Amino acid sequence: MIVTYSTSALCGGAIPNAKFFFMKKILMILSVASIAILFSCNNDKKTDQSAAATGTPAAGGQEAVQDDQSQKDVVKVAVGSKDHTTLVAALKQADLVTSLSNAGPFTVFAPTNDAFGKLPAGTVDGLMKDDNKADLQNILQYHVTVSAMKAESFTDGQTLGMVNGDNVTVSVKDGKVILNGNATIIASVPASNGMIHVIDAVLLPPAKK
Amino acid sequence: MKKMTPWVITAALVCLLSINFSCKPNNAKSAVSGDAASKAYVPPGKFDEYYNFVSGGFSGQLSVYGLPSGRLLRVIPVFSVDPEKGYGYSEETKPMLNTSRGFVPWDDLHHTELSQTNGEVDGRWVFGNGNNTPRVARIDLTTFRTAEVIELPNSAGNHSSPFITENTEYVVAGTRFSVPPDNVNGDVPINSYKQNFKGYISFISVDKTSGKMDIAFQLQCPGVNFDLSHAGKGKSNGWFFFSCYNSEQANTLLEQNASQKDKDFIMAVNWKKAEEYLKAGKGKKVPAKYAHNVYNDKTHTATSEIKTEVTVLDVKELKDICYMIPCPKSPHGCDVDPTGEYIVGSGKLAALIPVFSFDKMQKAIAAKDFDGEYDGIPVIKYASALYGEVQKPGLGPLHTEFDANGNAYTSFFVSSEVVKWNIKDLKVLDRAPTYYSVGHLCVPGGDSKKPFGKYLIAYNKITKDRFLPTGPELSQSAQLYDISGDKMQLILDFPTIGEPHYAQAVPASLISKNSLKFFNINENTNPYLAKGEKESKVVREGNKIHVYMTSIRSHFAPDNIEGIKLGDEVYFHVTNLEQDWDVPHGFAVKGATNAELLIMPGETSTLKWVPDRTGIYPIYCTDFCSALHQEMQGYVRVSPAGSNVPLTFSTGTNVPKPDTAATK
Repeated sequence: MIVTYSTSALCGGAIPNAKFFFMKKILMILSVASIAILFSCNNDKKTDQSAAATGTPAAGGQEAVQDDQSQKDVVKVAVGSKDHTTLVAALKQADLVTSLSNAGPFTVFAPTNDAFGKLPAGTVDGLMKDDNKADLQNILQYHVTVSAMKAESFTDGQTLGMVNGDNVTVSVKDGKVILNGNATIIASVPASNGMIHVIDAVLLPPAKK
Repeated sequence: MKKMTPWVITAALVCLLSINFSCKPNNAKSAVSGDAASKAYVPPGKFDEYYNFVSGGFSGQLSVYGLPSGRLLRVIPVFSVDPEKGYGYSEETKPMLNTSRGFVPWDDLHHTELSQTNGEVDGRWVFGNGNNTPRVARIDLTTFRTAEVIELPNSAGNHSSPFITENTEYVVAGTRFSVPPDNVNGDVPINSYKQNFKGYISFISVDKTSGKMDIAFQLQCPGVNFDLSHAGKGKSNGWFFFSCYNSEQANTLLEQNASQKDKDFIMAVNWKKAEEYLKAGKGKKVPAKYAHNVYNDKTHTATSEIKTEVTVLDVKELKDICYMIPCPKSPHGCDVDPTGEYIVGSGKLAALIPVFSFDKMQKAIAAKDFDGEYDGIPVIKYASALYGEVQKPGLGPLHTEFDANGNAYTSFFVSSEVVKWNIKDLKVLDRAPTYYSVGHLCVPGGDSKKPFGKYLIAYNKITKDRFLPTGPELSQSAQLYDISGDKMQLILDFPTIGEPHYAQAVPASLISKNSLKFFNINENTNPYLAKGEKESKVVREGNKIHVYMTSIRSHFAPDNIEGIKLGDEVYFHVTNLEQDWDVPHGFAVKGATNAELLIMPGETSTLKWVPDRTGIYPIYCTDFCSALHQEMQGYVRVSPAGSNVPLTFSTGTNVPKPDTAATK
C-alpha cells in the first residue's frame, strides 16, 4: 500500500546515509498511517462514481481528492508522521492544508513536536486560538518556500524567500544545514509536490518593523 | 350586453394566436419541456452517470463525453496525429500510424464498439474503425489511449466495422469499396467490377486477456458495398449480419446506379461454420502486406510489424457460411435486438423497416427455401426470413438501437426524427424531431444483450441554427433524450468533434474504477529511461545526440546543454519522474518541425530535433504543471559543424561567468 517509489532514485540520492534511519522510520510510520488517514475535510466523498448526478458539490480543496496510489504530498507526509502532530494541527488551524496540497513545488521546513515544545510555555496554545490565526499563519508560512529544494541544494550563506515575505538564512557547517543559526535539518523526505526537511526548532519570523 | 372595445378583441386574438403557436412542437423551444435542464444538469464537482464514446469521423479520433451533462472529457487520438499529445510525433508513437504504405497521419473513424462479455458491455476496451486506409484500433480503457492498430489487406473503405461477437472473440471489418484483392494484378479497367472486384470481410481475433488482435481469417465475398453489421447474440450467437448495397455492382454514379434494384441484401454469416472450415484446413494462405502496431505500456513504445500472409475462405466454394436475405432499398443499419431473434435492416430509400426472424431464417436454410443464388451465395426468400415490417415509420431509416423493454429506436435522416417502435407488434409508439438530419443513435448498451436504457443520443449532421454561427463550418451535434418514460424527451444539445457517426455509452462505474492514475516508474523499461536525475545524461553516438532528460516540478535535468553541432540529430528522451496523478509535463524546443511531447508521470517520450542553424534554443515545459512552471525551462546551444565546443550538460551548476560577453 505504501509508496516506496525508489525515493533515492527520485531525489537523486539526495539523502545522506546518516539520515537514512530517519527516512526509513518515517516511511514505516507512513505505511501504517496510510491505511487510515483521516482528514477532517475529506468526509465529503468526491469519487461517488455511480450515483446519479445529484446533491451538492464536494467541499474542500485538493486535500479532499481520494487517491491512495499517488506519492504523498507534503501535507499527507506530515499527517503520516507521529512526530509532527503539532505541525499538522497548526496547518489545519491556519487553513493552510488546501494550499499545501496544491501542485507546489514546495519546500517545507517541518518542526517536530519536540521543536514546538522548546517554545516558551503556552506559546503554541496561544497561537492555536482563533484570535491569533494571523500570527499562526505568519509563522507557518515562514516555514514554506516555493521551489522543491533538495538537501544538497542548500549552500552556506544562502537566503531563502519564504511564503510570508520574510527571509531565512542558511548556513552549512560540517555537512549540517542550519537555518537562521538555530534550526538544524535532521531528515529530508521527498513528497509529490516538494520536499520536507524536518527541523529541530521552530523558525520565528523577524519582528515586524 | 356591453360592447367589446376593438383593443380587447385584438388582445384576445393575439393571445389565442400566441398560445396556438406555442403548442406546435416545430422548434426546439417548444420541444424542450420544463424539467429538461435539471435532467441534464450535473453540478460542479459531481460525476456524470455514463461515459459516451463518440466516433470523430473525419477527425480520425474518438471523443469521450459525460452523460447526461454532455461535457467533453477527452479526445483520444486514434488514427490521426495529435500534436497536443505528441501522438504520431514522438518517436515512441510514430509506429502506431505505420501502415504497409508507410506513415499515414489521418483516417476517418466511423464507429465505436465497446468490448463485451456474455453479450454485455464489460468496459475493458473500445474499438474504432479506420475507413480510408483500412484499419481497426483497440483503445485501452484503463489509460484511454490507443493500444493497438491493425491494417486490413484486400480491403478498401473499412466501414462495416468494428463490430464484435458477444464475447469479443472477433472484431469484424467488412469492406465498403470492393476492389481487386491485393495479391492479384489490380491494374484492371474500372468497369470490370463484376469480374475483378471482391468484397472481403475480416474476422480479427481478440485475445481474451491481453486484447491482442490478429486477423484470424478473411471471407472472400462478391463485390458489393458492405455497409454496417452486427453480431448475433444469445440464440443467434455464432452468426454475423452485414448489410450490403450496390448489389447492382455499379462502378460509377452509384447515386443512381446503386439504387436500381428493389432489394439489396443482408448477408448472414455463420462464423462458427467458418471456424470449422478453418480448422479443417479449407483456408488458403494468401500473400498480403499489412501492418500490426502495438503500444507497450512498460516500454512506453509502439512497435510496428509488417505481416505478409492472411488466410482466406472463399464463400462461393464453402457454400454454407453465407446466406443472402433480401432487404429493401440499399440497407444501411443492420441491428440485432437484445434477444438475438430480430434483425432490423434499414433501407435508406425504403418506406418501411423490415424485421427478420432468426428462427425463420434458420428454418428457411434447413428447408433450402431459396430464391436462387447471388454470385454463388444462396438467397433466402424474403418472406421466409421476414418477421414483419414496420409500416410508414418515417423517411430514410438509418440505424436502430434498443432499450431493455422490447422497444426499438430508429433514426430517420430525411425526416429528421427518431421513431420509437415495439419490436413484437411493430407499432410506432412515439416520434421525436432531431435538429437536424440525424445519423446514428446510441442507447447505453443499446446493441448488447443488456441495454441500460434511460437515455438515447441522436448524432446529427446538420446544426444550422442550433448554435452560435462559426462561419461556413458548423459543429455537428449530439442530442440527448430521456427515454425513461413512454415519450422521448429532448433534454440537451451538445456540439461534437469532427463528425459523430456511431457512439456507445456505458455506466461510468464499469470504467472509472479501473482508470489508471499514472505509470509506475519502476515498471518503465524504455531503453532511454532516466530513473532519477542522477541518471540524466547526454551521449553522443556519431551525429546522434541522445539526451536522457528528466522532468519533475519544476525543472528539467539537464537544463543546460552545449556542444551540439549543426548536422546533429538530437533525441530528447524525457522521463517524467512524477508519481502523482494529473501531473503531466510537456516538452518543446524552438524550431522543432514536429510537435510537443506531453509526458505522463512515470513515462518516457522522445522528441527528435534537427537544429537548422547555430544559436541558443530554449526548451520549456508546455503544461502548466506547478507554481514555478514558467521557470521550468532551459537552453541548448548549437554550434557550427566542426566546432570545438565540448559536449556538456548540467542542472543548476552552470553559474554565470563574470565576463561572458562574446565567448567564442
